[in-house]
Amino acid sequence: MSSVRDVLLRRDYATIGKIIEPRAKVLDLGCGDGTLLAWLMENKQCAARGVELDGGLVQQAIARGASVYQGDMLQSLSDYPDQTFDYVILSQTLQQVENPRVVLREMLRVGRRMVVGFPNFGYWRIRLSYLFGGRAPKSRMFPYEWYESPNIHVLTVDDFELLVHRESWTVERRIFLAGAREVESLGNLLAEVAVYVVSR
Amino acid sequence: MTASMIVDTQIARFQGLTLDGGVMLPEVEIAFETWGTLNADRSNAVLITHAFSGDAHAAGVHQQTGRPGWWDNMIGPGRAFDTDRFFVICSNILGGCAGTTGPSSTNPATGQPYAMSFPVITVPDIVRLQKRLIDHLGIERLLCVAGGSMGGMQALEWAVAYPGQVASVIPIATTHRHSAQQIAFNEVGRQAVMADPDWSNGQYYEAGKRPARGLAVARMVGHITYMSDASMKTKFGRKLRDKESPAFDFSAEFEVESYLRYRGSQFVDRFDANSYLYITKAMDYFDLAAGRGSLAAALEIAQARFLVISFSSDWLYPSYQSQEIVRALRSRNRDVAYVELNSDYGHDAFLVTVDEQAEIVRGFLKSTARLVGA
Repeated sequence: MSSVRDVLLRRDYATIGKIIEPRAKVLDLGCGDGTLLAWLMENKQCAARGVELDGGLVQQAIARGASVYQGDMLQSLSDYPDQTFDYVILSQTLQQVENPRVVLREMLRVGRRMVVGFPNFGYWRIRLSYLFGGRAPKSRMFPYEWYESPNIHVLTVDDFELLVHRESWTVERRIFLAGAREVESLGNLLAEVAVYVVSR
Repeated sequence: MTASMIVDTQIARFQGLTLDGGVMLPEVEIAFETWGTLNADRSNAVLITHAFSGDAHAAGVHQQTGRPGWWDNMIGPGRAFDTDRFFVICSNILGGCAGTTGPSSTNPATGQPYAMSFPVITVPDIVRLQKRLIDHLGIERLLCVAGGSMGGMQALEWAVAYPGQVASVIPIATTHRHSAQQIAFNEVGRQAVMADPDWSNGQYYEAGKRPARGLAVARMVGHITYMSDASMKTKFGRKLRDKESPAFDFSAEFEVESYLRYRGSQFVDRFDANSYLYITKAMDYFDLAAGRGSLAAALEIAQARFLVISFSSDWLYPSYQSQEIVRALRSRNRDVAYVELNSDYGHDAFLVTVDEQAEIVRGFLKSTARLVGA
């Protein structure tokens, strides 16, 4: 099974490595076992912190040397003073958090920029599957049956752009990925996964 | 056990230790043990701070008693506190009764045991004496201070009292200050000791009769708070001792009764009742925020990396207390990792739940050593 994070970290962290500059202060929300944090600490000398709900994953992350806190994403964000980080990363779960706009606003409060990755529901394969199958589509990024899916929001590239516009945020960078390939244009149609770097 | 892990307790002596209460102890002895080797630039020293009834013998086999250390499963060659890499130190706390000056020590002014004339001590006093030892050992900066329960309080105090001298701290199953419930349990223990007629206002050293019953009861209460409902259920349930049906008398019929009585009487043999009073009081007085504005303001002073650990079934030092520390650290953007480990062992978990704890401590120490170039 593939996830947004897998895509983001693939090819030796090519995508995330392009975004984060050396020695940046980074907070990774839903950081899992700390692989990305450990990579950022080792290769970019970042001051990297993480939040993860699953205690087993937190143990693995700390064992890797990452400063990871077991707890809830929103509560953890609320602890931090304004503009503490250069980047706040949400690479896995935008489609799963209860109140995405609140989380995104908080991310831009504690960080100068946010890095947000999400599976694009406007991807052409999903559109075709929905059009011809007539059922809630499944794909590599959406492998679940509707009754057991953790994804409580479905959003497309254009949906995300609209929110950015409404909040008067600035898109600094968009990266569209289809499999391991980067897509230059028509993101809403061709991107399987979208990664945005957004500032206020 | 390797031969190198046979250890002996050493004693260091210092003059003039001024205490928070304003009193100066003219002479102080501190008992300590060390494991491993201090490296050339003296950057690999780890101080282990013991819990309420612990002592300096944290690891290895004691040369005289043959006893294993109280945290032997965490400290040693290849273990979490790897003595092949780190120089590990543990000392008995001020006010204790295992080699460091306490109420059972002789007052040089009178030639008699201090008893209740011993000055009231605090956790910062305990840490102040440890600092003297660390200076004496020629260590300018500790790589880590780590301890559970009251040992965690000392680790927190180290981070704030000597911010430049500690690269990291690991407070485990602890709090930045006691709640009313924690003070209450300590007070029950103290009252049990003081209610024993053999306590004699603390003047029992000469009489040759110690307040054994009172101290044993205090320890029994303590042991209940160190376990959890689940661990007691597993360990004892309602099992009777050596019989199928109750005799309906007041002997120790239930396994749990017999266990508590045994632990109580065992404790009396190794612990001084007046030390019990002084140390529990020091725990109750401890408040990291006191005199520093707030918890967050206190922790803002700290420069160390923090690894905070709590245990799911620990109701004596519940996770919320660890989380208060962690949230205060985050509010000042201090480097902190936190995890609540799953365990049924209650507060005792920090001594028992070794595998997961060892793994994260090992990783944390490794990355800290890399960050500070130790």
